[in-house]
Amino acid sequence: MAKILMKGNEALSEAAIRAGLKAFYGYPITPQNEVPAYMAEHLPLRGGVYLQAESEVSAINMVYGAAGAGVRVMTSSSSPGISLKQEGISYIAAAQLPCVIVNVVRNGPGLGGIQPAQGDYFQAVKGGGHGDYRLIVLAPGNVQEMADLTTLGFDLADKWRNPVMILSDGILGQMMEPVVFSEDGAVSEVDKPWATNGAAGRERNIVNSLDIIPDKAEKNMLRLLEKYDQIKAEEVRWQEHNTEDADVILVGYGTSARVARSAMELARKEGLKVGLFRPITLWPFPEQRLAELAKAGRSFLAVEMSAGQMIEDVRLAVNGVSPVHLSNRLGGMVPTPEDVLEKVREILEGRVS
Amino acid sequence: MKTVFQKPEALTDMPMHYCPGCTHGIIHRLVGEAIDSLAIREQTIGVASVGCSVFAYDYFNCDMQQAAHGRAPAVATGIKRVLPESMVFTYQGDGDLASIGMAEIVHAAARGENITVVFVNNAIYGMTSGQMAPTSLLGQKTATSPRGRTVEEMGYPIKMCELLATLEGPAYLARVSTHDSRHVLQAGKAIKKAFEIQQQKKGFAMVEVLSTCSVNWGMTPVKALGWLEENMIPYYPLGVYRDVTAKEGN
Repeated sequence: MAKILMKGNEALSEAAIRAGLKAFYGYPITPQNEVPAYMAEHLPLRGGVYLQAESEVSAINMVYGAAGAGVRVMTSSSSPGISLKQEGISYIAAAQLPCVIVNVVRNGPGLGGIQPAQGDYFQAVKGGGHGDYRLIVLAPGNVQEMADLTTLGFDLADKWRNPVMILSDGILGQMMEPVVFSEDGAVSEVDKPWATNGAAGRERNIVNSLDIIPDKAEKNMLRLLEKYDQIKAEEVRWQEHNTEDADVILVGYGTSARVARSAMELARKEGLKVGLFRPITLWPFPEQRLAELAKAGRSFLAVEMSAGQMIEDVRLAVNGVSPVHLSNRLGGMVPTPEDVLEKVREILEGRVS
Repeated sequence: MKTVFQKPEALTDMPMHYCPGCTHGIIHRLVGEAIDSLAIREQTIGVASVGCSVFAYDYFNCDMQQAAHGRAPAVATGIKRVLPESMVFTYQGDGDLASIGMAEIVHAAARGENITVVFVNNAIYGMTSGQMAPTSLLGQKTATSPRGRTVEEMGYPIKMCELLATLEGPAYLARVSTHDSRHVLQAGKAIKKAFEIQQQKKGFAMVEVLSTCSVNWGMTPVKALGWLEENMIPYYPLGVYRDVTAKEGN
């Protein structure tokens, strides 16, 4: 169980290969380029296929084909490239194909920049493509989690026959931290009797998202929604620190949660009762636990590297019981713990509405 | 009782939705016959596209995937790369392959992707009710070129076999027609050849099948067959544009 110093993007890639990845289809875009480079270097030597597609659109459709053929498959990209993949992601969700999609988020909209941001939250957790569907969205908070949540992502994708998105960002992808990989080597793959891998000795299988008969389509949708309800009941994950006595609970995921944690530590040194709530699954969102934490006299402060997107889910969860404020930076700027702490002081001193 | 004619095993019993006089049914049968004759049904995975052939997954009696518009060659690539011993084909129309899916088909061909592509060119969008296609002929009247296709407004129809023949990747490229029984038989041979090329792992194979759309062309089925022969074949010459096995003297 040796510790290895790795970039987040590399740790994620290594974990995927260890999870039994059989194919990676990608297209270059910053700041996720370490992922395809790692895959090109290692995957073909370890029993998988690496292919650079002609576009993000093609890459996600290659994922559709390989996922439909029953193997563990993934793609990675960054914000503008993820926008291009949305058509394919909608089809994959509708056809109920398991796969992992990595978004190493950069700032947007448009071409934006290549600096870390969290502006793709809505796109990841509210849909992104057309139609009623959900992705399971996992938000790593350090390099170890870039690896661990990738492993979990493949397991959840197979378990629920659903696409999983790893919502990372440019900092988590590029920074180096020690990481430990489990050495048991067990790959928990499930049987896929629905896969299209040749109808030898069985009825043919069809991978499809088309349904033009409305009453049948509605029944299929209700089955899909039932699956989403089960996922909401079983797969919510989060971490919390110092929430019991907190007057202000900071809520943040990914890089923002790291900043928020530092802010919480500074605050506690000053005797301010500040806690931290870190969603790990962004969908399903840990709304029930946030609702339990909401009470009169307690405030929430969403820390985000976006215009304020996750804050909407926090507000839905606390449902008016507690006020919810925002501390954010935009354009690839990263908030500092001092910025967050200043906002905490404003809240505690009643200087915010 | 002796059976003299029957449905290929590679086709299902599902009644086809194609319009009366449409040649898709003939082309489906040719694909089914090719699969039967090579005894590859149980290892074949077909990829249906978007357009009139969107329901092809209901008609081919093998594992099938339904792809987004134009993306069938990418989906087929995804399958073939992880199941290299399987036989993978796409079945695409002209809007799907030559318009929205141009990048996917060109790059699959350039990579020499070891798949079989059945490209049905009827010079119009059928499913969406008769809009101009990238392969609509100059002067051809459609719902979106009501005064006839002009070079000034809409440019030239695209010749896919000739275009892909500029690449090194393809192993087999042929254009065939369905306007009479002699040509249907030739089309069947080309489609079978395109599967054999894949079976021999020689690379990318595409057969462009000239086809009719009597409903959207506004003609009787018989007149449509004549229109194909007189108008499409002069612009889209029939023939083999690439055959790596011919080079090898096979």
